[in-house]
This record gives sequence, structure tokens and C-alpha cells, in this order.
Amino acid sequence: MLQRLFTNQLALGGAEAVAVTLLVLLVMLLAHKREIHLERETIVALARGIVQISAVGSIFIFLLRSPPWTGILLLAAMIVAAAAISAQRAQGIPGTFRVSLYAIGAGSGTVIALMTLAGVIDMAIVSLVPLGSMLIYNAMNTNSLTLNRFRSEVESHFGLIETALALGATSKQAVAPYVQVSFRTSLIPAVDSLKSLGIVWIPGLMAGMLLAGSDPAYAAIYQFVTISMILSASGLTALISSVLIRKHAFSPAEQLDLRPQAAPSQSKTS
Amino acid sequence: MIEWTRFGPSVRLAFGSQRQVMMASASCTEKMEATMELSTALQQSHLTETRLVLETDHLSRVISGKRLVDDIIIGIQKGEVLAVVGPSGSGKSSFIRLLNRLDEPTMGTVYLEGTDYRQIAPRELRRRAGMVTQTPYLFPGTIADNLRFGPQQQGKDLPEDTITFLLDQVGLADRANSDIVNLSGGEAQRVSLARALANSPTVLLMDEPTSALDEETKEDVEALILKVVRQNALTCVIVSHDLAQAARIANRVMVVKAGRLEKIGSVTEIVDATETLH
Repeated sequence: MLQRLFTNQLALGGAEAVAVTLLVLLVMLLAHKREIHLERETIVALARGIVQISAVGSIFIFLLRSPPWTGILLLAAMIVAAAAISAQRAQGIPGTFRVSLYAIGAGSGTVIALMTLAGVIDMAIVSLVPLGSMLIYNAMNTNSLTLNRFRSEVESHFGLIETALALGATSKQAVAPYVQVSFRTSLIPAVDSLKSLGIVWIPGLMAGMLLAGSDPAYAAIYQFVTISMILSASGLTALISSVLIRKHAFSPAEQLDLRPQAAPSQSKTS
Repeated sequence: MIEWTRFGPSVRLAFGSQRQVMMASASCTEKMEATMELSTALQQSHLTETRLVLETDHLSRVISGKRLVDDIIIGIQKGEVLAVVGPSGSGKSSFIRLLNRLDEPTMGTVYLEGTDYRQIAPRELRRRAGMVTQTPYLFPGTIADNLRFGPQQQGKDLPEDTITFLLDQVGLADRANSDIVNLSGGEAQRVSLARALANSPTVLLMDEPTSALDEETKEDVEALILKVVRQNALTCVIVSHDLAQAARIANRVMVVKAGRLEKIGSVTEIVDATETLH
């Protein structure tokens, strides 16, 4: 319907954005009736989303004519932004920005570099930036999940961890089960998206390639390639962040610094 | 007695300790004090023969302006059981958590068998200063798994007969392979005690070991602690909010209030002093 009304592509895009915004607002209205208040957050998210993605769209207009190194620069900036966002997931642990930066940077960076060298990712900006950003984005999610899970695991097993320390365990030994849990759970989304690929989910990239007229068989396999790269980047990120964050939860003298926020100290009884 | 323990570290200066050099460089007034205490110490020269297993030297922990533990100086002899009593929030637990360095002193330090505990690797320190907490936190698995945990961290296997011996001591003979999920509160605390002993500690620290238990179990576990401590001639620090319990278990009692050492003395001295107050 909209396509018949708008012939200009930009105007069509605008109209489509209005349509989906109305859809989101309708959902919010339904939620509101059930006394679930997500209006403010959603409206802010909608506004941010449209502004950010439009900005990126306009950057791409320039990027298409820029040399490859600008793509690398852009990805580096994305990694920093991703680290800043992810670090908020583990407030209360010092040094999370650094941990996130190293984990996301090394996790997605390694995969991007290797796959570009292998020729799986094209050096051209139109390929490097969207694919790279996809890897960074997923690495960020994994990193957030790792940090968040680690913090809640440590907080809820505070007594056991201190008991382990008191029995002569090192911080590494004391917290090992919780590092493992954080690592494993943070990878569930990436593993599941590979599992469900094609069955419950035809991802955007494949849809895009099909729309652009690619061979469906190649589009399908390339989608598998992408999701596998995401899993690799996520796996590396989770591995790095779960190892690095452990060191920040303890003092050099093997004391657990990360305390449950409700009870700042366990010595409440004395 | 009270005077002597209060000035423990200075007395040791006169008889030579590892800290002699350090202390000797202290100010003149401190030297004079030390000389004065020397005479007191000479009168009680038998005390020099007893080894101080644990000493706190101006031990303090101040967190965001709050003096949780404030300048505590005590010495604990080998085989002695010292009870730490005081009202709720007085800093008893904060104090005992400093003794195995689960928390960091903001000032002062602790000497374990004459060595500043900052010179001892935390894992070795905590093996030597075992701890039993108010709530027994047991690791998932069997009772035996819990007993093995400490030695395992040092890369050692706890022999089966040691497990049997320890469980026998805490009244849980033949229960080695029971899963910890089926244990009562009292049983869990027994496991916690046996687990601490599995590390063959020099000092046993107990933080309100019976206060999370119901009345009947409380008596049983207290009796057990008393028995185990006597049998193994353990050097022991036990935190309790109950002076009567402290009197039953300890040789000596220290009273803390607002993080400060208020009184320290034999059980009778402290109990008498408390009674005259009422």
C-alpha cells in the first residue's frame, strides 16, 4: 500500500518508519492497559534508534567513497562504544570498561581480522563495516551477559566463595564454578541462533541478500558463515571477559571485593 | 593478666622478637614504656616461655569513617581459647574476619606464630587459620567432598582414614557419602567444623558457630566444639554474643564495644566484672 503512495525511496522509508512506530505505540498502549509502564523507555529507545540509524545511514553515503582504512577506524570506534555500553552491566565491579574493551575488541577483532585475511569478509567498506558491526554487536551482547551473570552468581554465592577462600582456595579456584556458568549461559543466544538457523529464523543478512538479488543458495550458506563467525567472536569475548573480570572481583590478597549490594558487609551480625 | 596482654608486643621487645629491630627504631617514649613494662614482665617471667600463636598489633579496620575494628592489641597463647564477646554490631565478626585476612586491616597487622601475616601467602595463612562461620556454607556434593576441599586446594588428597577420623570426632561417623542437601542445620555445622579441621589448622576461628541453630542443637554443637577443641588442644578464637557460652568454652574473654577492646581477662574476671555492673 505504502509503496503505491510513495515513489521516492526516502519518503517511502519515512512512511514505513511512521507505520512501525505506530505499531510499537499500539503495543505500549496494550501494555499500559495492563498496568505495565514501558512508555518512557520505549519512546526514548524509538527516538534513539531512528536518530542513530539515520546518522549511520548518512555516514555510509560518505563511506562508500572512502578508502578502506576509514572502515577499520569506524569499527574501532564501535568497539569502544560497545565496551562503554556493556560495562554498565556490571556496575559495582571496578574496571569493567577495560575488561569489556579488551574482551569485545579481541573477541570480534580477531575474527574480523582472520576472516578478512581469509577472504570471507570483503575488505570493501560496504562489506567490512556491516559484517564487522554485526560481530561487534554480538560480542557486546555476550560480554554484557557474561558480566551480568558473573556479578549475580558471585553475589548469590558470596558465602560459598568466602568459605572456599577461608579454606585456602585461591580466588581462581573459589570462583571457578561461577566463571564457567557465566561463560556457558552468555553463549546460549549465539549457540541457539546457529541451532535455529533457517527453522525459526531467517536472519536479516540473508533477507537482504535475497532482496538484492543474490543466489539463494549462496545467500543461505553465507548466512551460516556469518552466524558461525558470530559464535566464534562471542565465544572468544566470553572467554576473555570471564577470565579478566574475575581478577577485578578480588583484591591482590585474595579477598572478595564484590559484595551483595543489599548487604555491604557480611559482618552484619556483630 | 589484663595489663600483660594489653602490652603484649612491648613485652616481647624486651625478650627479643622478630620485630625487635623494627620496634627498636620506635620513638623514645615507646622505649621508656617498654622498659617500664619490662619489670612487670620479669615478675611474670613464666609467660615468656609460652608461645604466642596469634598476636594483633594495633589491628584496625575503618570503612567510610566507621571504625569497625579500632586499634586492638592482643596476644593468644598456644592452646588458649579466647572468646570475643560484645553487643550486636560491636565489631566482633569484623575483628575475626581480619584474623585470617578475609578483610584487609586498614591499619595494624596480625602476627601468626611470630610472622607478619602479610608475609604469608593468603592461601597458606587461611589453611593455618581455619574458620567456621555462623552459617555453614557447604559445597554441593557429599560430606566427604566437603572435607576434601581444603587439602585439594593445596594439591593434596585427604586420606580416607582421616575422613573417617574427622567425621567420628564430630559425631557423623559413617556419613561420609551422605549428600549435603539432606543435612540438618546442626549436622551442617558439624561438617563445617570437620572441614576446617581437615586442613590441620594452627588456629581455629569460629564466628558465632551456634547462633544460627535452634536451642537443642545449639547445646549439642557447643558441647562438640568444647570436646574437639580440648581433644586437639586447639588454639581458638570464638566470637559469641552470649557471655555464658563464652564462659563455658573459653579460658579468656575479651569484650569489644564499638570496635574497641573494652576488657580482656580470665573468664572469672570478666564474668565477675559484668555481674557487679548489674
